[in-house]
Amino acid sequence: MVLSRYLDERVWLLNRQGKAAIAASAQGHEATQVACIEATDPSKDHYLIYYRQFTAMLALGTEPEEMLRGFLAKETEPMSAAKQFPLHGAHPRVDLFNFSNVIATQLPQAAGVALADKLRGSDAVTVVYFGDGASSQGDTHEAMNFAGVHKLPVIFFCENNRYAISVPLEKQMGIESVASRATGYGFPGVQVDGTDVIAVHEATSAAVERARAGDGPTLIEASVERLLPHTTDDDHTRYRSAEDIAHMSERDPLRITSDVLKRRDLLTEYEDDEIHSTAKKRVNVATDTVDAEPYPGVETMFDHILNDSDRNAEVFRNA
Amino acid sequence: MPEQTVIEAVRETMQAEMRRDDSIILLGEDVGSRGGVFLASDGLIDEFGENRVIDTPLAESSICGVALGTAVNGMRPIAEIQFADFVWPAINQLVGEASKVRYGTGGAKTAPMTVRIPYGGGVRGGLYHSQSIEVLFAHTPGLSVVAPATPYDAKGLLASAIRSDDPVIVLEHKRTYRLVKGDVPTEEYTIPIGKAEIKRPGTDLTIFTYGLMLHYALQAAEMATAAEIDVEVLDLRTLRPLDEDAIAESASRTGKALIVQEDTPAVSISSEVAAIIGERCFFDLDGPITRLGPPEIPPMPFSPLQEAAFMPSPEKILAAITKLAEI
Repeated sequence: MVLSRYLDERVWLLNRQGKAAIAASAQGHEATQVACIEATDPSKDHYLIYYRQFTAMLALGTEPEEMLRGFLAKETEPMSAAKQFPLHGAHPRVDLFNFSNVIATQLPQAAGVALADKLRGSDAVTVVYFGDGASSQGDTHEAMNFAGVHKLPVIFFCENNRYAISVPLEKQMGIESVASRATGYGFPGVQVDGTDVIAVHEATSAAVERARAGDGPTLIEASVERLLPHTTDDDHTRYRSAEDIAHMSERDPLRITSDVLKRRDLLTEYEDDEIHSTAKKRVNVATDTVDAEPYPGVETMFDHILNDSDRNAEVFRNA
Repeated sequence: MPEQTVIEAVRETMQAEMRRDDSIILLGEDVGSRGGVFLASDGLIDEFGENRVIDTPLAESSICGVALGTAVNGMRPIAEIQFADFVWPAINQLVGEASKVRYGTGGAKTAPMTVRIPYGGGVRGGLYHSQSIEVLFAHTPGLSVVAPATPYDAKGLLASAIRSDDPVIVLEHKRTYRLVKGDVPTEEYTIPIGKAEIKRPGTDLTIFTYGLMLHYALQAAEMATAAEIDVEVLDLRTLRPLDEDAIAESASRTGKALIVQEDTPAVSISSEVAAIIGERCFFDLDGPITRLGPPEIPPMPFSPLQEAAFMPSPEKILAAITKLAEI
């Protein structure tokens, strides 16, 4: 979580320096992402993420250098060979992927991934992440309906930060919670405080157990705070009240988690300082390394259009 | 060699491919006990069961989105869109998502999925059971689009689509399903995606066409023999990628090009074929590149006289042949 925060801050700095074209921050979402991933099994489970899953990526073993190659679009970027925005493409080591920027398209795809596992008799679980804005999309309804019909081993994990760019929750839905919709699809929906690592872990563990047992989907709604604007191109002072912004830090999951650990004598001040200084150094080393790396050359833009490379060459180089 | 209709060829190809490869599943509305509204999957649920022949909820985006999810997780789905007119909610999952899976993951993920779509009119289908939807898919890098017009081509191209490691849109003209019969070998074979075929050799001019219009073009070519006009008919068969070499070779050889399609002409397959001929055959042409299609109105009126007036016909094609031949 600490590493994620420092790296996240660095990416915004790199944006302001003109080096990172775009970034969406996970600041405020860190606890929920770490706790959810911890309750799954990356050796066999599937993760369909969206653009704010920065901490989840790190929790699944992505190196800071690999993350930065995404933001700086460098040659050895592992997710999409720098064809796509950061956090898009497919992870080189775990089954984590994110095909597009279009909101909620990953939900029907997740149902399909889970369907394939069910047909094969695998006990793998598919976790698909989305925000409160995505809950309004038709694809969200279609995916949950399909998953409910087939009792698929899928966890619909909503990170509700109350804003879809600028549109607040009360203009997104006429009800209080996304989780309550699960009733309409025939599976449980649970609300959880997304700043509480233990609560998120427990909720996800229960959903994983249910999915592995063949009992079907769960919808989890974790309430979180979006501590920064939507992306580096946004300014949330245009639509969030001064009071709202002033109180954001009360819901900072890093501070909350650190306080809980210290209260339970699981973390000393010295250890906390060590974690912070180690993370800072790690981010500095990664930045220096990746900043010096080259961009991909123009020639690789023709790669991976179709399987048949001759046909690619013929069709697209003629164009 | 047994004679089959197009729909029989489609069904038997899916059956043979599903026997060959356990990872192939069917998804779509009414594809189970009903066997599909055109009976393309008639009986398949009895042989392969509910796990491989899946009646989906009535929701096209999830049919294609779920198919894509299974495809990136080891399956080879065949999704059926009941009528082409209903594909629009799924465009995002096909044009937006499936087409870019390989490219957008640096080759790490692939989407070996087939989407079968009955399209086209002349069946009293009105505005929402007659549409030609090929242009949007044919415009999209990362997709292949085939449009077989005969039972033989339907079998070979569908088999190629199912075996492809990338998404393929298979457009089946619904009027050809039972109208068109032809010999189909019982043994398995594939037809390469991206290869056109000369269905009728000729010397005076070439008709470039696909789908139902192939059959109307062949009839018109036969009628033109009375006027001693020797018409070549080239069946495009694949709409993306177009077989540019075959198109250019035929246009250069006959020197006259007539492009016939059922879709409205503006910004269409015929526009692209005309551009290819213009770019590659300019100095070999003996007349203007000519296009024949329906008027630019929403396809297509339900009432019979207006539907007939909308559709190209052998007679309209013959008139265009005669005019071009006289130049």
